Amino acid sequence: MTPYLATLRRDLRFAVRHGADTAVVLAFFVVAVVLFPLGVGPAAGTLAAIAPGVVWVAALLATLLSLDRLFAADFEDGTVDLFLTGRTGLLPVVLAKCAAHWLTTGLPLIVLSPVLAAMLHLPAAGYLMLALGLLLGTPVLTLLGAVGAALVLGARRGGVLIAILVLPLYIPVLIFGVLSVDAVIHAADPWPHILLLGAALLAGLVLAPPAAVLALRSAAE
Amino acid sequence: MNAPENGSGPYPALSLSVEGLACVRGGRAVFEGLGFEAAGGDAIELRGPNGAGKSSLLRLLAGLLPPAAGAVAWTGGDGAARPPLTYCGHRDPVKPWLTAREQLAWWRDLEGDGSVEAAADAMGIGPLLDVAGGLLSAGQRRRLALARPALAGTPVWLLDEPAVSLDEDGAALLTAMIGRHRARGGLAIVATHRPTGLPDARTVHLGRDAPGGADSPR
Repeated sequence: MTPYLATLRRDLRFAVRHGADTAVVLAFFVVAVVLFPLGVGPAAGTLAAIAPGVVWVAALLATLLSLDRLFAADFEDGTVDLFLTGRTGLLPVVLAKCAAHWLTTGLPLIVLSPVLAAMLHLPAAGYLMLALGLLLGTPVLTLLGAVGAALVLGARRGGVLIAILVLPLYIPVLIFGVLSVDAVIHAADPWPHILLLGAALLAGLVLAPPAAVLALRSAAE
Repeated sequence: MNAPENGSGPYPALSLSVEGLACVRGGRAVFEGLGFEAAGGDAIELRGPNGAGKSSLLRLLAGLLPPAAGAVAWTGGDGAARPPLTYCGHRDPVKPWLTAREQLAWWRDLEGDGSVEAAADAMGIGPLLDVAGGLLSAGQRRRLALARPALAGTPVWLLDEPAVSLDEDGAALLTAMIGRHRARGGLAIVATHRPTGLPDARTVHLGRDAPGGADSPR
């Protein structure tokens, strides 16, 4: 089995055996969205107008919540040293860890999003675009988050630091994700926004893993 | 090649030359002007008081730390690269939620092609293969971590206080394992406070009482 697949299987095994970690992130996602009807009132028009933004912001924050353990456990027990000194090199390991993170965080968020969108009275036309935007956007959140998670290793209060480092980088993803849903609801063209999300994903796939590798290397020194 | 651990053929010839090596951690010079030579089949014991830089030297040799001065030159790798090595730090990279077998299989997939069962037997943890890492005692976790070099089949082993929390039986298995490694032409560099009992091991002293840190008698 290749190092990439072996690491992916290892991390998915962790998610299965410690299902609570994934459940907490999903529960946070649901609770955060549920707060909005309580806060702004149940008027369907108001909720429908803010629905894309609310779901996207909640997805952003839920992803953020799951990041601090991405590398921390492997760093604390010396597994990162093993990655750095072994024959494999760190890149396939980082890619596998990002893939496992997205499969256990981003993908469940996408699956849940129509339910929450329905609760916020999102017009039916927007559902598919919301899911498509999240499908392209959540891997970007994972990739950028991996860089942040690697950078804060060894720092005190790393979880808060990740938020400060990574949230500004999430802003473009948020903007294009929300704009694509708004466009389709208002019968405008959503594709420029979706294409930009796709471009962000491609750029993230190329640039983020090497950056995370460098950050891990400097954390191990 | 049905021998224990990862094959039994000799490793390619290798050598290590350390010259004028200095290490600075947090602005403090840990050691400087360190030099020694080693070749395949050697065992080097790094001795010295706490804080003398034994762990730092191992991390430096592993490429995890950049040297402040001096040079580490390897031969025996592909071209200019250092030969493949296995670094076992003082922490055991054992996951509580993986069984010993899954842990070893993952290490094998990462960096080797050895047999999980043979590597486990080399450190005497064969009966524990299906026990989760979280249920192992400190000594058992250490044995599991030390089965990794046997699995990886790398010609250079860097071991940081490997015998800590091992019982006598475990220490004897470790000594035997390093012996087989050296017989294949492998190099073992071991940071330790106690004599390892490795035959013909050379000692490199670190610390204030050993300026230069050159080879010196035990």
